Amino acid sequence: MSTPHKPPKQPWSWRSQAFRGLIYQLVTVALIVASVLYLAHNTKVNMNARGIQSGWDFMLSGAGFDIGESLFAFDSAEPYWKAYLIGFTNTLRVAVLGIILTTVLGTLIGVGRFSRNALVRGLCLCYVEFFRNIPVLLQLLMWYLMFTEVLPESADPLVFGPLFLSKGGLNFPVPVWGTGQLFAGIGMAIAVVVALFYRRHAIQSFERTGVPKSMFWAPVGIIIGFGVVGWIVGGAPMEFNMPIKGEFAIENGGALTPEFLSVLLGLTVYTAAFVAEVVRGGIQSVALGQSEAAAALGLSRGQTMRLVTLPQALRVIIPPVTNQFLNLTKNSSLAVAIGYPDVVSIANTAINQTGRAVECIAVIMLVYLSTSLFTSTSMNWYNNHAAIKER
Amino acid sequence: MTATTFQPIAARPAPVKTEGLVAWIKSNLFGNLSTSLGTIAIGLVLLAVLPRFLNWAFVNAVWVKDYDACHAAAGACWGVVAEKYRIIIFGRYPFEEQWRPLVSGIALLGLLVVSCMRAFWKPWLAALWIAVLAFFFTVMYGGALGLSRVETDRWGGLPLTLLLASLSMSMAFPIALVVALGRRSKLPAIRSVCTIYVELIRGVPLISVLFMASFMFPLLMPQGFTIDVLVRVLAGITLFAAAYMAEVIRGGLQAVPKGQIEAAATLGLSYWQTQRKIVLPQALAMVVPGIMNNFISTFKDTSLVTIVSLYELTGAMSLALNSDANWRPFKIEGYLFIALIYFIFCFSMSRYSIWIEKQVNKSKLR
Repeated sequence: MSTPHKPPKQPWSWRSQAFRGLIYQLVTVALIVASVLYLAHNTKVNMNARGIQSGWDFMLSGAGFDIGESLFAFDSAEPYWKAYLIGFTNTLRVAVLGIILTTVLGTLIGVGRFSRNALVRGLCLCYVEFFRNIPVLLQLLMWYLMFTEVLPESADPLVFGPLFLSKGGLNFPVPVWGTGQLFAGIGMAIAVVVALFYRRHAIQSFERTGVPKSMFWAPVGIIIGFGVVGWIVGGAPMEFNMPIKGEFAIENGGALTPEFLSVLLGLTVYTAAFVAEVVRGGIQSVALGQSEAAAALGLSRGQTMRLVTLPQALRVIIPPVTNQFLNLTKNSSLAVAIGYPDVVSIANTAINQTGRAVECIAVIMLVYLSTSLFTSTSMNWYNNHAAIKER
Repeated sequence: MTATTFQPIAARPAPVKTEGLVAWIKSNLFGNLSTSLGTIAIGLVLLAVLPRFLNWAFVNAVWVKDYDACHAAAGACWGVVAEKYRIIIFGRYPFEEQWRPLVSGIALLGLLVVSCMRAFWKPWLAALWIAVLAFFFTVMYGGALGLSRVETDRWGGLPLTLLLASLSMSMAFPIALVVALGRRSKLPAIRSVCTIYVELIRGVPLISVLFMASFMFPLLMPQGFTIDVLVRVLAGITLFAAAYMAEVIRGGLQAVPKGQIEAAATLGLSYWQTQRKIVLPQALAMVVPGIMNNFISTFKDTSLVTIVSLYELTGAMSLALNSDANWRPFKIEGYLFIALIYFIFCFSMSRYSIWIEKQVNKSKLR
């Protein structure tokens, strides 16, 4: 390259590109500001005319409605902000569990598309084509109908071991919290630290000698072992709060409502179909030579998938899967259709009760925008982590 | 020198037959131990489940409009579809006038099919869209040509679903085009406005946009000016779909090699000439499959308008069965019926999308 040649400075003109660009931008911004002001003015006039009050003061007044399920106790006299908080935690509960289950199911089905067994391949294909071509709202409604119509009454539930499934939802045993569990928890917390140290040692030893050490089962074993030791030290409590078949309903134990189960199942099953397609595309994008080389080294098909193909496919898979996670979180807003008290459902009730549509919709948007932002930031972090470290 | 005697080695075995049904079954179902075990396990499950399902869906099913027989039967009650199909397909549209949604729905469907064929990708297709949509609104709304007026809140069912999907997509396209170009603009103000729009819309669920359309749009309008609920919902879906489509189009714009734009600049083309004659023709051909996928998701998303009380297919189904205690127990059959309708539409569109992807990539294959 020769010395950078500076273009001769053009005399400033009304027709220069820079000036026109400036004018375009000024006009755009002015138009947007003007229309926002105009719409805000209209809103104000309309609100005055209809006697709609505005402001956030209603958040502190009593909500006056009950919430079907919540992670912490809620009373109808408590303020709106607490109702919103419960709605938010309910949304998060469904979204987080849904994302975990979707990842597992979607990966299994996506990998299943490459199975040697034609039946498995066919079933996975049918699953994907069936569930992604039906609107998720319809699927949610159908799951809810299954739970509320097809299942037996809660006086006469289906019993799977300690699990009870009925119109009342799913009832399951929960351990009675005591010192034993506390010790087990402490043991596991210590085990995590030990496992991290083991991992560092294992990596170092692998790099020194080339002999691989167990990187998965050994840490898992350490964590479980420490947990069991802590549990025994704590007196090995075996007490569970078992669900019991009562006269009319199932008593005791933990319970999941049919609304929660329908939303969770519907979202998981729907999104897993998309995740499966993403996983399939990612696996297909790995060069064929990779799996051929793995076969030449004598790896089995399962080992090839686990150790060679999937880690490389992961880089292609992460960005679109992030999108699917975001979609799942946003689709959880459909819970309003079947009465699961998520944040949209609470906002809907609040709009009907207070008439403050602008504020309530702003809350919904804020909640989802921040959740989306958080999810995409953390997935970007993971993506950078998994990306090829190039020199 | 010893005489070498000719000693033939044993003949190699004939190659294993790799074609034909038996060979396929052998390698795909009983290739090795785990495959065989899997085949047997899945086969057993299928043998247990499938006959039950077939019995329920076909053998023991009731096909006549007789709810007493339905209550007595052990199988599905398809009579509910035979009884209620007019309400499910056409919603609350006045019963005697339902030929109108039928005719206009078929016209819209025909328009969609025609738009899918490459031979018709000509400028006059836009005119055809306008003509068919005008026809649709005239026939549906009435008030002219001797047709009685039917307000938009009575519209429903499949024609409404088709209308919402196709009209919002066709209106979203120009918006998406402008926003996509704006996001790649060199002017910072325009670029950031477009980016904020896209990211804001993509960060919130459609239902919140629909809530905004139904609760807030009336407040935004000047006083004394009311807008129809259908128009409000259409505007909401359009704004939503445009943000997603803009991202698809932006992908296409980015995929056009920079050399093309530089070559256009050397030829002395202006920004708009470059975009119109060089960049967009290449970019849009690339994004046709992506836009098709957008269309599929918008088609499915139209089911959400039932939450803001417009009775499209899903809403019309609930409406048809909730109002009639005799048939209400057979909602699952009704859901399966509309699920089938959605499936047929979405599945054929996704097959089309795969086909068109091959078509537009043909120029790249040598």
